Amino acid sequence: MLAVDHVSKTYRIGTFGGTSLPAVRDVSFEVAPGEVLSLIGESGSGKSTIGKMILRLSPITSGTISFDGADVGGLHGRALKSYYRRVQGVFQDPFSSYNPIFKADRVFGLLRDSYFGGVPDGEWRARVEEALASVSLEPDQVLGKYPHQLSGGQLQRMLIARALLLEIDFLVADEMISMLDASTRIDVLNLLGDLKARGLGILFITHDLSLGNYISERTIILRRGRIVEMGATGRVFGSPQHPYTQMLLASVPRLHSRWERGAAAEALADDEAETPLVQVADDHYVAAA
Amino acid sequence: MGLVVDDLAVYYRTLAGDVRALDGVSFAVGDGEIMGLAGESGCGKSTLGKALIRLDGRMRYIRGSVELDGRPVPVWDDLAMNALRFGEISIVPQYAMSALNPTRKIGMMVDELLHSRGIDPKPLHAELFRRLELVGLDPHVLGMYPIELSGGMKQRAVMVISTLLDPSLLIADEITSALDVSNQKAVAEALVEFRDRGFVKSTIMVTHDLSVLYQVADTILVMYAGRLAEKGPAETIIHAPRHPYTKLLIGALPEVGIRYGEHKLVSIPGRPPSLLEPAEGCRFRERCPFASGRCVKQPPFCDVGDGHALACWREAA
Amino acid sequence: MKQKHEVLYFALRNRKLQVGGSIVLFFLVLALLGPALAQHAPLAYGGPPNHGPDVHYWFGTTAFGQDVFSQFVEGLRAGFLVGLLGGGIAAVVGMSIGFTAGYRGGWIDELLNMLTNVVLVIPTFAVLLIVAAYLTVRSVPIEAVFIGLTSWPWVARAVRAQTLSLTSREFIDMARMSGRGAAKIIATEIAPNMSSYLFMTFILLFGGSILAAATLDFIGLGPTNGISLGLMMNFSVLNAALQLGLWWWFVPPGLAIMLIVGGLYVMNVGLDEVFNPKLREM
Repeated sequence: MLAVDHVSKTYRIGTFGGTSLPAVRDVSFEVAPGEVLSLIGESGSGKSTIGKMILRLSPITSGTISFDGADVGGLHGRALKSYYRRVQGVFQDPFSSYNPIFKADRVFGLLRDSYFGGVPDGEWRARVEEALASVSLEPDQVLGKYPHQLSGGQLQRMLIARALLLEIDFLVADEMISMLDASTRIDVLNLLGDLKARGLGILFITHDLSLGNYISERTIILRRGRIVEMGATGRVFGSPQHPYTQMLLASVPRLHSRWERGAAAEALADDEAETPLVQVADDHYVAAA
Repeated sequence: MGLVVDDLAVYYRTLAGDVRALDGVSFAVGDGEIMGLAGESGCGKSTLGKALIRLDGRMRYIRGSVELDGRPVPVWDDLAMNALRFGEISIVPQYAMSALNPTRKIGMMVDELLHSRGIDPKPLHAELFRRLELVGLDPHVLGMYPIELSGGMKQRAVMVISTLLDPSLLIADEITSALDVSNQKAVAEALVEFRDRGFVKSTIMVTHDLSVLYQVADTILVMYAGRLAEKGPAETIIHAPRHPYTKLLIGALPEVGIRYGEHKLVSIPGRPPSLLEPAEGCRFRERCPFASGRCVKQPPFCDVGDGHALACWREAA
Repeated sequence: MKQKHEVLYFALRNRKLQVGGSIVLFFLVLALLGPALAQHAPLAYGGPPNHGPDVHYWFGTTAFGQDVFSQFVEGLRAGFLVGLLGGGIAAVVGMSIGFTAGYRGGWIDELLNMLTNVVLVIPTFAVLLIVAAYLTVRSVPIEAVFIGLTSWPWVARAVRAQTLSLTSREFIDMARMSGRGAAKIIATEIAPNMSSYLFMTFILLFGGSILAAATLDFIGLGPTNGISLGLMMNFSVLNAALQLGLWWWFVPPGLAIMLIVGGLYVMNVGLDEVFNPKLREM
């Protein structure tokens, strides 16, 4: 459904764009319907940039992103609007995703203006309530309220309801639950699991390995803009091949085992060379270290 | 020796009334102990951490006593606390990375800090260098501006600075929260290193991340809605908790190895109560699957043996 | 709706807003009704020259026998016109450039920044002298246009800065993903967030234009037909009003300019308190 093909992103910084800063380097992957793909990386890995490029919020420097075969980078105007009918995103900070001076349900109103102008009031109201029900929100608890009157979890779920109103095929979840409390996090995560069962394709961007492990079928480990390991989640987490993946897994605090004290975490070489992905097992690819 | 807190209550003054952020907590932290203070947002853990050093002007001390190494700590008096801050009680604040003045080189900031306490920085330089190397930082960072360092490096630098005078009590407020996984491990292990070498006597590590606490803390104290829920050795709290909230909380934590398809995690329904005018009795009873008639009365926080204590009618008392 | 009422509540009770607003309102009413009350045409010669205030000539007469009161109220009208037109032009230009530069970024931002900086450093007096040399007949609206086209750079800068910070917030991305175009996003998401600031900016531009016009008129670069407060002060100085003790000729216009502009600035400070809850005296 979504195909990212040799995509790179380079930022031009400095006066008149003198210096260049590569954020994403030659990344390729695909997401099928009903599949959750985790994009795992630390800060500076380029994972959010990839999400933004897919959502057309940031221009692609080179390579192509295609959705159902059509090139995404070249969409404009009406075509871009139709693209957003099928692809949407939810971001990290729920309170930043809403315009604080307006009521929270305005996000639904914006959609109505753009896409559902002809729908009569009663039917629109019914659709909104149905979308809210599928994310387990009570309409009278969240409609007509300002964002600061609602909790982070409610706001994120409203954004998912908004995506469902459009009947999208693909969702980019960029650190969607990082700012939520532990007890509400799992609710939203389970909700993603339910949506996946409905056929939605999800790109789950996170720095938290346990979340990625919980929800996704396939995982990509990103480091400094490059893919270092990719494949079925069970395989990547079960038998990590790349030293970086191994380091990440060793550093994750767990509830059932203790850290190895003093294991060097920063001993990895600063890898600037281009290393292609090599298949090491069925659905398991590793970049040469 | 160590820290002893008895029935400490601190409220926040607001236009709408008093928010009972901390409503009567009692516990002790021994010498050489790292105690984890865990809970979700709004449970009062940050308030407790800040109340012990009295760093927030909006707090209103209501009642309770704090004793450190046998001597009373005047947590109700901002000015009197000044004598103890940095020297006896020190804090590594939340977002410590933003705590460094961007226009000052780090070394200059340390010297200024020591001068302001009336201490000559020069004799301490050797120790400062040693400690920086201990946490994996090159002493050259003292000549750098904060913007030249990464998040993890800044956090470790702030930790070294905060513990320079060997405080009796260190409060580490969410020091790993904003860091990458690899940095988290380095920072958490640095905390243990400080304790092992005697730079710090007692440590209170405030965080929402129970798994980090399992790695480095000796005991864990779980808070809910301004009150204590459960306290015990880290191993007990994580693998054999008895308070319903703790049990549900741990059951909601994803971990590498748990997959959605095989084992669907369950959250705790509902939300914590508002602390403006909280209802009588146990504050968790609205969401507790085991709530009964007894719960309209606040259960006492009592000992169930082996350093394990909790506040629940069903499980203890 | 409750939010709007809250603003109105505080607005009506703010001391600075009340005082400043009353002053400006007073002069506005005077400007609107004054010419109807004036008994003589502003530029008509007829009265006794250098005559102090009396029943026939409420503010006395000029050296040429003109009624100072008529000139005064006519000048007030011209002043408000310049403020509205000049301030309006500056506001529209500055805000458009600021929003566009802040929202689009990239080379458009660089280009507009260069433009802003160029206009900022243009020596307005020098240009005005050249304009005055070419346009021998100038009217009040022309002066207003000139002031408007040269006083917008600070507005563009300030609006750009705020827009830049708002654009980085995720709700802008959300609006883009709702299929909204750039212009609509600026109008419906960004500008309303800055509404209090834009309002205050306009008031500052309004007052600033009046002051700028008075200054230009006073040194003789003002309109060649019509009358304004600054022109009155100019003529009074040229005809030795100070030495001759003809206070009624220059005190009213000078006082009016000071009170109107001062009143506007005081209103602005009051508005800041109204819009920003942290500044309110509780």
